[in-house]
Amino acid sequence: MKSRIWFAALALFVTVSLAASAAVAAIDDLPRFRWENFTTANGLPDNHVFCVLVDGNRIWAGTDNGLGLYENGAWKTLRPATSPDQQGIAHQAVLSLALDKSTGDVWAGTMGGLSRVSAGRIDNFTQLNSGLSNDIVYGVGVLGDFVWTATAAGASRYNTRTGQWSLFNERNTPMYEIWTYAVSPAPDKVYYAVWGGGVLEYDQVTTRWKDYNDPDGETEMVLMKDQGLIHEITTSVSYVDKILWIATYFGASRYDGRYWHNFLQKDSGLPSNFLSQIKGVDADRAWFSTDKGLAYYDGANWAVYRPALDTHKPEMLVRDAEGKVTLIPVDSAPSHNYILGVDFQGDDLWVATAHGLSHGIRQTTSTQVSKK
Amino acid sequence: MRRETGIREHAKVVAKLASILALVLASSLMRPSAKASNSPTAERYLSPIEMALSADGRLIYVVCQSSNELRVVDAASNKVVSAVGLGRSPRGIALSPGGREIYVSNANDDTVSVVDASTLKVVRMLSTGFEPAGLIADRTGETLYVANRLSNDISVIDLKTGAESKRLLAGRGASYLALSPDGKLIYTTHIYPNPGTWRTSPKSELTIIDTTRQAVVERRPMHNVAGVFHVTLSNDGKLGVAAQLRPKNLIPLAHVEHGAVFGNSLTLFGDDVGGMVQVPIDELDRYYSLPWGVVIAPDKSRLFVTTGTSESVTVIDIPKLLGYVHVRREPFVNDLSASANYVVARIAVGHNPRGVLLSKDAKKLYVANRLDDNISVIDTQTNRVVSTIDLGGPKTVNALRRGERLFYTANFSFQGQFGCANCHLDSTIDGLQWDLEPDGFGKDIVDNRLLENLAGTEPFKWNGGNPDMPTECGPRTEKFFFRSQSFTDNQLTDLVTYVYSLPNRPNRHRPANAELTSAQERGKAIFERTRAKNRKPIAEENQCGYCHSGPKYTNQKQIDVGTGKPTDRSPVIDVPQLVGISDSAPYLHDGSAQSLEEIWTVYNPQDRHGVTNDLTKDELNDLIEYLKTL
Repeated sequence: MKSRIWFAALALFVTVSLAASAAVAAIDDLPRFRWENFTTANGLPDNHVFCVLVDGNRIWAGTDNGLGLYENGAWKTLRPATSPDQQGIAHQAVLSLALDKSTGDVWAGTMGGLSRVSAGRIDNFTQLNSGLSNDIVYGVGVLGDFVWTATAAGASRYNTRTGQWSLFNERNTPMYEIWTYAVSPAPDKVYYAVWGGGVLEYDQVTTRWKDYNDPDGETEMVLMKDQGLIHEITTSVSYVDKILWIATYFGASRYDGRYWHNFLQKDSGLPSNFLSQIKGVDADRAWFSTDKGLAYYDGANWAVYRPALDTHKPEMLVRDAEGKVTLIPVDSAPSHNYILGVDFQGDDLWVATAHGLSHGIRQTTSTQVSKK
Repeated sequence: MRRETGIREHAKVVAKLASILALVLASSLMRPSAKASNSPTAERYLSPIEMALSADGRLIYVVCQSSNELRVVDAASNKVVSAVGLGRSPRGIALSPGGREIYVSNANDDTVSVVDASTLKVVRMLSTGFEPAGLIADRTGETLYVANRLSNDISVIDLKTGAESKRLLAGRGASYLALSPDGKLIYTTHIYPNPGTWRTSPKSELTIIDTTRQAVVERRPMHNVAGVFHVTLSNDGKLGVAAQLRPKNLIPLAHVEHGAVFGNSLTLFGDDVGGMVQVPIDELDRYYSLPWGVVIAPDKSRLFVTTGTSESVTVIDIPKLLGYVHVRREPFVNDLSASANYVVARIAVGHNPRGVLLSKDAKKLYVANRLDDNISVIDTQTNRVVSTIDLGGPKTVNALRRGERLFYTANFSFQGQFGCANCHLDSTIDGLQWDLEPDGFGKDIVDNRLLENLAGTEPFKWNGGNPDMPTECGPRTEKFFFRSQSFTDNQLTDLVTYVYSLPNRPNRHRPANAELTSAQERGKAIFERTRAKNRKPIAEENQCGYCHSGPKYTNQKQIDVGTGKPTDRSPVIDVPQLVGISDSAPYLHDGSAQSLEEIWTVYNPQDRHGVTNDLTKDELNDLIEYLKTL
């Protein structure tokens, strides 16, 4: 009997130890960064950065007052033309960015139309000079020959080969709100975040639309966890590896085509339920832009990067799968906790905030080094 | 006696009447016809437009635009040895790096014919963008780049699979390509200027493609330049040359005598000159119009330029040219005395010389005379035409060809400044708005119009002032534009015959026999509607189909639809035909609408140009999709 008790205790100790070491390892695997921050003091066009786009060694920052291009250690700013002989973007407030990886052309959604920047030439598309549905372009995405936009008056699709504009709105889709906020195009599906209208899915093969909303159809939010889309006030979508990541002002959702998994501040590592953007890395991992810091989820564990909300000192918080929160000592943080968007290229992370643009340079911990 | 007198007087009257009748008949016969006349015979001309030399230099491949052929000439015997059938309206030619394959673009089919150089058979067809023109293979022979004139882009074609891998954004009217000697860069020129702010100087661009990245990496602006044609580089890669037109469209055309219509010129670029330098090829009292083809001697001693409407080749001494560029420093493209410092010869050749190439040893220069169906062979030492290669076209010259020659010559204008084809590039448009009338600067601005399928669209001129084509082409062109009275009645008839013969190009938005798409069908219903969305009837004269009626979508009347500007003498505008409208931006009589959308979103606030303000944005898009099918 005594030996059995000892054996059980030993087994428990080993299990707990293994679990603890696994948790430590998992936490240790979460990315660490050294943050370099850019503001107007070092050339950023404006401190209010709505969006960021990484294209090789070129970084594009969409700000409240111009489109910034960081290249070879210097910033260049594109703004609307001030004379007929100049060229400029459609509006100084740049809300969204997308890269045509095939051609290198950059598409910028602004408060005054859609701009294409192609090897230094700028072409502007507005609701007056083109078929664009509305000049307020919250979101833009490029796939093949098509440029998809999310505007304040529905969605648009521009065929760059034929010049045809196709509009999608309440008249030809289940879009009962036309305030589209973000778009994520993929070869099989195109997803739209519709502010107040949930998520719209466009099937590229059948050309049919489908909407995802509050499951009960009454309260704009899911009542039972993981029953459906967490809230209809959606702000961002990211479709990666057949997984749809959704950001709302009231939490985040992950949808695999059959099952929903919702994330709230109270039951996940999200630092806030107010999300401006979500960007999936793959089927398991994603970046969450919240008003209380940048969050990363690796499928089990969470990390939050921000200046501490009270002291404003650099802070990295880790929440493991068991819900245990650990404060990791760090020397730097994104320039502000109000995160508006991220983009990445490999381990290189760029973060748009309400006060500056931040470059997260991946650091390797001793554990990660030994694993390598 | 009285009776005799009476008979005599009667005979006199009859004779007088007869003579009057004869005169009337004769004069009517002599008068240029207002309709297409002298219907051309079935002769099929060749129209050689571009050439390429085989890898061993023994053969000259000649693209024949009208006969849809590649004619092959033995360079030793100057004889045609073969002909290969191509697609419709072939335009550009390139060889694979080893010369095993010949690529020819077919402008009206949106394809490239791939010809096996050993068998001279078409072995496959490649799909391109709209209206492919110039093309070039990269150094590896794995990728073909094709400039698409109508879709304003460049097709990047994987030659292994034959599939287009991507489409690169070019300027408007992308047409000609040149590969740098190291194979790293491709330079692209455009026959139309890029869209710009209304009534500002035209700008074109030199689009530069990195062949490793297969992406556009730079767009060098070409200021005050509209049409740009062939582009080439020296063997050392340090000198690039593009042939171009500098239109002076912002000032009244009344200043022909001061040379204020076109500047025929070149843009130089590359290490030899630093940035982009424009140089004139005209003289103070003689113009060398529509510079088109350019080729640089391998030793960089001379540059040869065909001038398409001056029937000549201009020979430039490159060391003198570079020396002069370095001395002048300041821009001198408008100083027509400058050309005397570097132009060393003008060689008369045939009608509408276009493509130009040098023999392997650079001792012979070949010039494709498009409207003579032959090739001039020039001894580059003596600068003299030493022989002419007959490509085997018809021996007779019919009205159509005579008319086309008249269209493509500057010989009728004062000092040979320009011809019809200077504004109607390749018989299309130039993408410009002109200040034609001598009524002050900025008054009565008019947009250049397409010439395709014009029969049944009379009268002409944006105010409808010219009742028929002879009036348009005759007094208006020769007296007012050219400052001459040179066309004979027969010449005018020929010219009219040619202009009326120009067909519509294929409509890319509605392929032949294709059904309308659902968006186009919805747009058609809007075009044909008789009631506004509030169910109130639309007045008949305000329905689209009232003015834009008939087979060409014009009622041939002049109407004020509220699009006149304070600078127009009259707001009454000739109703334009709509056929081919997708190809003719900008829009409205003065070109102030940059896009079809702007016709209604900007210039129709009172619903006078059709009732459109009740349309939603997607309905307006549908209407535009339909209009593009016309």
